[in-house]
Amino acid sequence: MTTAVIDVPEIPEVEKTNYLNQEFGVMSWLLTQDHKRIGILYLLSVTVMFLLGGFFAVLMRLELVTPAGDLFSSDTYNKLFTLHGLVMIFFFLIPSIPAVLGNFILPIMLGARDLAFPKLNLLSWYLYMIGTAFSLVVVLLGGVDTGWTFYTPFSTSFSNTHVVLMIIGAFVAGFSSILTGFNFIVTIHRMRAPGLTWFRLPLFVWAMYATSIIMLLGTPVIAITLSLVAIERLLHVGIFDPAIGGDPLLFQHLFWFYSHPAVYIMILPAMGVTSEVIAAFTRRRIFGYKFVAFSSLAIAFLGFLVWAHHMFVAGISVYSAMIFSLLSFLVAIPSAVKVFNWTATLYKGSISIQTPMLFALGFIGLFLIGGMTGLFLATMGLDIHVHDTYFIVAHFHYVMVGGSVMAYFAGIHYWWPKITGRMYPEWWARVSAVLIFTGFNLTFFPQFILGYLGMPRRYHAYSPEFQILNVMSSAGASILAIGYALPMIYFAWSLKFGKAAGNNPWGAAGLEWQTTSPPPTENFHTTPVVTWEAYEYRPEWGGSNV
Amino acid sequence: MSDTQPHHPALKHHFEDLGQQHEASTLGMWAFLTTEIMFFGPLFFAYALYRSQYSEAFVEASHHQNWKLGVTNTAVLIFSSLTVAMSVYFAQKNRHKALVVALALTLVLGIAFLGIKAIEYHEHFEEGLFPGSHFTYKSPLAPRVQMFFVLYFVMTGLHAVHMIVGIGIFTWLLIRARRKEFSLEYYGPVEVSGLYWHFVDIVWIFLFPLLYLVGRH
Amino acid sequence: MIDDFPLFPESASTVSGSVDALYFFLIAVCGFVSLVVIILIIFFAVRYRRTADNQIPVEYKEPKALEIGWIIAPLFPMMIMFLWGAKVYFTIARPPDNALEVYATARQWMWKFQHVGGQSEINELHVPVNRAVKVLAASEDVIHDFYVPAFRVKTDVLPNRYSTTWFQATKTGRYHLFCAEYCGTQHSGMIGWVTVMEPAAYQQWLAGGVTEGTPGALGKVLFEKYACNSCHNAESGSRGPALDGVFGKPVSLRGGAIVRRDENYLRESILNPQAKIVEGFEPIMPTFKGQVNEAELIQLIAYIKSLGASTEGGGPATPAKGVDGATAPAATAQPGSAASPSLPAVQPGVAPAPDARGSASGVGTEGSGSSVVREAKRP
Repeated sequence: MTTAVIDVPEIPEVEKTNYLNQEFGVMSWLLTQDHKRIGILYLLSVTVMFLLGGFFAVLMRLELVTPAGDLFSSDTYNKLFTLHGLVMIFFFLIPSIPAVLGNFILPIMLGARDLAFPKLNLLSWYLYMIGTAFSLVVVLLGGVDTGWTFYTPFSTSFSNTHVVLMIIGAFVAGFSSILTGFNFIVTIHRMRAPGLTWFRLPLFVWAMYATSIIMLLGTPVIAITLSLVAIERLLHVGIFDPAIGGDPLLFQHLFWFYSHPAVYIMILPAMGVTSEVIAAFTRRRIFGYKFVAFSSLAIAFLGFLVWAHHMFVAGISVYSAMIFSLLSFLVAIPSAVKVFNWTATLYKGSISIQTPMLFALGFIGLFLIGGMTGLFLATMGLDIHVHDTYFIVAHFHYVMVGGSVMAYFAGIHYWWPKITGRMYPEWWARVSAVLIFTGFNLTFFPQFILGYLGMPRRYHAYSPEFQILNVMSSAGASILAIGYALPMIYFAWSLKFGKAAGNNPWGAAGLEWQTTSPPPTENFHTTPVVTWEAYEYRPEWGGSNV
Repeated sequence: MSDTQPHHPALKHHFEDLGQQHEASTLGMWAFLTTEIMFFGPLFFAYALYRSQYSEAFVEASHHQNWKLGVTNTAVLIFSSLTVAMSVYFAQKNRHKALVVALALTLVLGIAFLGIKAIEYHEHFEEGLFPGSHFTYKSPLAPRVQMFFVLYFVMTGLHAVHMIVGIGIFTWLLIRARRKEFSLEYYGPVEVSGLYWHFVDIVWIFLFPLLYLVGRH
Repeated sequence: MIDDFPLFPESASTVSGSVDALYFFLIAVCGFVSLVVIILIIFFAVRYRRTADNQIPVEYKEPKALEIGWIIAPLFPMMIMFLWGAKVYFTIARPPDNALEVYATARQWMWKFQHVGGQSEINELHVPVNRAVKVLAASEDVIHDFYVPAFRVKTDVLPNRYSTTWFQATKTGRYHLFCAEYCGTQHSGMIGWVTVMEPAAYQQWLAGGVTEGTPGALGKVLFEKYACNSCHNAESGSRGPALDGVFGKPVSLRGGAIVRRDENYLRESILNPQAKIVEGFEPIMPTFKGQVNEAELIQLIAYIKSLGASTEGGGPATPAKGVDGATAPAATAQPGSAASPSLPAVQPGVAPAPDARGSASGVGTEGSGSSVVREAKRP
């Protein structure tokens, strides 16, 4: 392997024009078709939504400090958790890694000049913004109280809130996600640089490919299902309402057919980022590259076959429950394969624990707990007890926040020098990583215990014996909030005061590190020709910040 | 690679050559069509579920369909698929005039389909079969008949939306064809739009028997 | 302190022990695997830390066997989890035949329970210890969920159909009853208590309860009020199928399908008579949707079941006797619990309430967890 000759195009260290200073003015951003600028637009907008969703979470945790529902009315609390869920899932987690990091990095990783359909990419951001606008209007008009799950017949016949407007918001945002996935699939198939074969692709690309498949096949199902809910509300006809001949379980089947794979839309890109970061900070090819690559596809495929494990107590037949339980165990295998391979990659690596690596290792730890507790839920007899309790809340926060958000932060820190050309203050970043990890565990670990004790989720007021664990959880949430606030400060600081990053600050492999930081508008001055395997590290790449 | 072909005006900056651009747009359309299948999928699923549960009501409801108009519309769409296929052929053969005629004919057929559909909708509305507060149909099975018509209007309505989008796309093609923009070298937009049109036709081929021919022998 | 800060829920039913055992097994397996992975990560991170800026690790051949090994190995503990979990699930899904029945009606935001003896209570459920109790639940509006953490049982309660779950309490005491499916504004207020009592205390409680009449007896009145027996009788040539002894038995429908006539079947046949037509009969029955409410449906079904029970007993079907006989087999089939005598005997021939519908929905909605009947003393 050491005999391969690496063609690294000669690129000047300091690039005068790049995608950031090629054009100026508001319109140059709002009408841009450059995937990097669209990535930045997404970065700004998902950050705003993250703050909004986080604000709702803070209010909820404040309410839950005391057992009595004394801070807000029940209706307000119900709206808070509904909006927290909707904003975080549809407007932050689903677009976070794909639309921000995927948009920015994926074409560069492929050696392409842009995504296959730049106009659709811009349209996707506008659709996202329209969806966001609808959800903000809903917030201003007084919110929605159905829970993000929109369960019928509550959502169709009983809720008096702005269900239809919120559905339109989620529907439109869904199309933004479809367009992103569609663009990625075509780009990965058709626009790879010469020599960049499938098995030379970075694992992030494999993960994004699997994610895109889910976006394409799953999102339309939720779109049409939510439309039916809206139609049922508007016309007062029964599609899902049993009082008028409908079947509420049909809604649950259709809803989870998308919403379970949607969890993989959130976690697969996170796994992709983790693979990149671990490879870069151990300077090793990921152990079992092909297994990790195919496990992404296996997750995408099996992820479509497990939805009814959300319905073990909903009244499905015991035999269908058994089938879905069995399949749910199977989907754990490819996730486990990834964790084992990441661990094995560390063996005999050249490990440098810098901020992105701290976040990535934190991801593995938290995802491990999140994934393992998933087995508890796949176990039918156990799920009866913990279903719809705080055990579930803890489980999916470990996967979606402990998993996806940790990896998102890992990715943002890892690629920040490439995106902006500047380094962030390493010490502060490490403080933030440690705070987030600690705060997260303090917030959500007590919730596993609460759940097994039997505290149901979505409870505005609760029984006094649950108070101490809830206070711990709220205390953790305040640490978590500081942890999340820090990066926003030091990232902003670094834009002006951060030192120049250079092309390859980490000494990492991958085409994105071989262009300038920030990259020029068309990413490369000449189309790169790839003659090396994925993650082939060279000492001469060094790394100015290692 | 890019040196072997002269720089075609239709080549976008981020593609290496027209071949790559054509492959990308074709693959894109196929990917988009899989999304479309999943978009209609839940409706077919709901239809299957309720039809098996409420089969008698579905038979009763289906008898209120004007099958003659349904057959006519099916014929109109199948014929439009032919004109679409012809338009791709004419584009590849550089026969600009014939291309314009084929595209115009497709447009006429598409609009005819929507016109007939509108007549049918009007009839249902007059008969009190439109779900919701306008639903005045009387029968012991009325609530389940309404379920049929909910699905009928959603499914055909979604299909009609696709037809309207298709007519928009073909109008744009017609304008470009009159400017003689398509040729053997560059006919991607015609082919890709044609795929879309065929897909919308195929959806109708499934909708027609499910919605018009329940319980007819 | 321990009372204020519990870390593990009370275990008070025959299944709670097996659910807990399963839980500890999963904690052990998952905890072990997590610990190994985390220790390895920390060990590798320290042992193989980068020592020089341009250090590149040595390549080595990746052992394929290792990869295959950790794909296959997790399957074994997972299959144990799956099979064990399925076994527990089946136990919880299948109520024993001799279970004492309780009818639950859920609505925004209260639980109403009706006992076979006719007692009803709001947000309180009194049950005897060491006796299997089957809860047959339906919702009047949205989806609710009947959840008693100490028993480790939970079932969604859907509108327009019956859900069942069962438990056999092993310890007397008061246990939380929660609604676990989000159901609107007062979701977190839709809570109550399950009081498990010694059989003697339970009998005393039953005897002191105000009763509107047993569901079976009330059902008989409804049955006559709606003149169901003008069609559903045993005479030859009657327009509807006879109902004596049909409950729980299979029946062939028009078109050849065979279905079991369970609670959900009877419910559908009352509300949507056209849905399933028994072979040999015409679809002439009008719907009773909008005329009978959830509570009345339960009463009608209880009455039809009682017709079945008396036939099973071998005697001729006389509805009057059937009411009392409804739970007699259940009681006699439980010789183990000798202290639990036949329950309905406590309330023989109670006069039915004049307006069952009014009493079903009018009571105790503002009761904030208080029993309509009376607060039972903690045994």
